Amino acid sequence: MDFDFTPEEEAFRDEVRRFVAENHPGTETPDPGAMKKWCEKLVERRWIGFSWPTEVGGGGGTVLQQFILKEEMSAARAPSLGFDFMGLTWVGPALIRWGTDQQKRRFLPDLLNARSLWCTGYSEPDHGSDLGSLQCRAVREGDEYVVNGQKIWTTLAHRAKWIFMLVRCDTDSSPSKVRGITCLLIPMDSPGIEVQPIVSLTGVHSFNQVFFKDVKVPVGNRLGEEGQGWRVVMGALAHERSGISEATEKVRHLEDLIELARGSRKNGRPALEDASVRRKLASFQARISAMRLNGVRHLTRQLRGEAPSTETSINKLLRGSIEIEMSELALGLQGSEGQCEGDWQARSLNFHGTVIGGGSPNIQRNIIAERILGLPKD
Amino acid sequence: MNFGFSEEQELLRQQVRKLLDEQCPMNEVRRLIETPEGYSRELWKQLAELGFLGLLIPEEYGGAGLGWVDQVVMFEETGRTLFPSPLISTLLAASVIGDIGSEEQRRRWLPVIADGSRIGSLALLDQADVWSTEGVRLTARRRGDTFVLDGEKPFVVDANRADLLVVAFRTGGDDADLALAVVDGDVPGLEVTPVPTLDRTKCLGTVRFDDVQVAAQDVLGAPATAGPAISRVLDRGAAAVCAEMIGAAEAALASTVSYAKDRIQFGSPIGRFQGVKHPLAEMYTDIESFKSLVYYAAWALDRAPARVPLAVSEAKAFGSLAFSRIGIDGVQLHGAVGYTEEYDIQLYLKRSKWARPMFGDEDHHHDRIASLGGY
Repeated sequence: MDFDFTPEEEAFRDEVRRFVAENHPGTETPDPGAMKKWCEKLVERRWIGFSWPTEVGGGGGTVLQQFILKEEMSAARAPSLGFDFMGLTWVGPALIRWGTDQQKRRFLPDLLNARSLWCTGYSEPDHGSDLGSLQCRAVREGDEYVVNGQKIWTTLAHRAKWIFMLVRCDTDSSPSKVRGITCLLIPMDSPGIEVQPIVSLTGVHSFNQVFFKDVKVPVGNRLGEEGQGWRVVMGALAHERSGISEATEKVRHLEDLIELARGSRKNGRPALEDASVRRKLASFQARISAMRLNGVRHLTRQLRGEAPSTETSINKLLRGSIEIEMSELALGLQGSEGQCEGDWQARSLNFHGTVIGGGSPNIQRNIIAERILGLPKD
Repeated sequence: MNFGFSEEQELLRQQVRKLLDEQCPMNEVRRLIETPEGYSRELWKQLAELGFLGLLIPEEYGGAGLGWVDQVVMFEETGRTLFPSPLISTLLAASVIGDIGSEEQRRRWLPVIADGSRIGSLALLDQADVWSTEGVRLTARRRGDTFVLDGEKPFVVDANRADLLVVAFRTGGDDADLALAVVDGDVPGLEVTPVPTLDRTKCLGTVRFDDVQVAAQDVLGAPATAGPAISRVLDRGAAAVCAEMIGAAEAALASTVSYAKDRIQFGSPIGRFQGVKHPLAEMYTDIESFKSLVYYAAWALDRAPARVPLAVSEAKAFGSLAFSRIGIDGVQLHGAVGYTEEYDIQLYLKRSKWARPMFGDEDHHHDRIASLGGY
């Protein structure tokens, strides 16, 4: 058991701090021009895809350096590490794990140079939590697959260049339903793809329905073997769950919440003098620490060469409960001001999207109960 | 950075688990708590012979010279089986002597604790709801070069079986006047009244001091060192209790999972129903997160003293809440048999009620997290 960073890792932390001090564009969400510049600087340092192996053009950083990089960037409220969250968090790792040399050469450089934008085609209108029964079909015709079907909740499909996509190749619909699932990489400008927007309850258009009508996909765009898609996506989902469940963002939100409480009054007295407010804040702090340490534990496994596992469901559940309780406390502290638009209002609404992404809390509970505790399947 | 136990630590875990499984399975636990002493002196001797009483005691005083991460491994196992013994009390008493005792004092007490011939405990606080030096109220009078104690310490763990008590008192009005001394369990004027406990694997007593004399050579540490030493041992105590809570919580979960797999209703094991499997998944999630916090606190005790107070408070606050819920849900998911004397899950429920206030409940530790965080 050792929770210290090595002197080399601490030196790297200093390097990140210096970089941020010199290059921070002054806002977490810079305009496209400033964001482009920020990304160029990151690419120069190879900090996009930093923990990917150098053989594929990655930065060759350790997972701990990557952890430090994200922690420091977040602490400094720097813009994100590139704009292709999905591409960098799970498409890239899936390509490295399952891709052919040709696929790696074709896709990884764009990811590493901040020129990519991926979306992910998992859910379908009738197959959301029950992802394994998805019906979007791919029929092999010579050197091509012909894809027909529909995807939904496809974040960024209206802007993405590529979709990381699950289809079904078998024709029988036997109960062993995940057997025919296959992963395809499809250009979003392929003929036969139609994207229709869905507006979220925040009034923002970020996800879509995507229709596939006789879309032709070269066999060379298949990731992994035919029928192996479920294995590919299980790894990708673990990356997704760990990626969206990092403690760093919550640390900042807690800072914001403490500041909000500092400036608020409750029953005519400063809110921070209210024991229930302080104890709630402290309970968030303890749970965020647990998230961070769970993450470290998870990294240790990766260092030993183990892939992300069902353990990532733990932090996903923790994150969900912390997030909604924090925004409820914030809105409570704001009183009537809580009725107006603002950051906490946006967070409290966005929660309802992020809590489902990567699998709803009840799906995470099923995963833990069935795969870890060995309880019978529903 | 390495989040994991060493091979030696895993071996230690196996040894302790094997010993307890063989020598103190649950039917033996149930038998022991009906005896007047409440624990097995024979097994205590065996633990001593195997070196398990002195893990934290330096080698030159007869111990193994290991650290808190090792000790946590052992406590997880004693918690798992609800092992009834004065282990935590004895070890904490030894840790105070090791922390601020003189060379002569260490030589006098640590070897006899490590070899199992003396059982120790802490009699620190006079107020059940204040887990800090402010809770020390007992004030000593001076008589020549001795101190004289008159008063009472409530809720002293293992008071009835302790051969020596580490007692906290005041010699004046300042925090610098806090003092710690080792008092013999059979010194004239000291009287212990046992208090019946809900969790009968643990013992409590009220210690009454009636003109009890404390010799200068039994006072621990240089002036003004007692206050910080009390704060430190309260943190160690919380960490020790947390480690036992992990083991007990895991055992409660395992017992409930096994019941959910076996019990058939509506033609199916009840563990198939989400109303049953989801609370079990929540228990697992809480236990794993709690472990992360406790292991970090144990590491801080060994390697990063400045991080101890926050790490311990985060762990104990989280664990007090989580384990309480696990005790309650564990019994409920057992249905009606959970309410019987026969099923062991009730013993874990009672342990959760013991553990929650020990060395501070979640309110105390949440308040401390807030203070340490400047809010």
